[in-house]
Amino acid sequence: MALHTLNQPPGNIECLKRCLSALSEGDALLLIEDGVLASLPAYAAHYDQIKVNISLYALQADLAARGLNDLKDNRFIVVDDGGFVDLACEHDKVVSWY
Amino acid sequence: MPDKKKVLIINRRAPYGRSNARDSLDVALTCGVFEMPISILFADDGVFQLIGNHQAGDIGQKNLSANLAALPMYDIDQLFVCTESLNTHGLTFDSLEHSATQLDQTAIQQLIQDHDVVLTF
Repeated sequence: MALHTLNQPPGNIECLKRCLSALSEGDALLLIEDGVLASLPAYAAHYDQIKVNISLYALQADLAARGLNDLKDNRFIVVDDGGFVDLACEHDKVVSWY
Repeated sequence: MPDKKKVLIINRRAPYGRSNARDSLDVALTCGVFEMPISILFADDGVFQLIGNHQAGDIGQKNLSANLAALPMYDIDQLFVCTESLNTHGLTFDSLEHSATQLDQTAIQQLIQDHDVVLTF
């Protein structure tokens, strides 16, 4: 199982698509930096198309910085920096999409 | 003294992940100090700069939202936002903290024609 991190904003939609198509059963996706903007409901359709069971996370500090606390899609679990470390340790590899 | 050139700044990048948003503000404020006529257009990922309630302290950055709010003090009040970009990101005009005039593609073409210098960030 892998932890995938994405730091690109929706303007780089190809990066999001490539990342989502690479997810395997049991993987986790963590949105970080400008990537947290992809947690907006406008992008829900991309996550709806994922065929495997995965977990979706977004980094708390990056959401707050961009004013997204109340705007994000509720299916994203919010984690702090400690949670990021936990996720990295729980998975056998980290795949960075940037 | 010749007429001052009209400057249009086009913001196309999301705030914080890159320095573009902050750089464009620096240029806008500098032009403002010299009393040059400035317009700012937010398009593509740049429209995310207009969302309010930024709390950037935890990522070690200064709040860009506060700087935008200060623009009128520099007589920079010509703010525009691309309607198509708002729609793409599912943002409504009401969800923006900073008010800006909505422009469609045709109006953006006219905006560019109406300015002497265009800087993109």
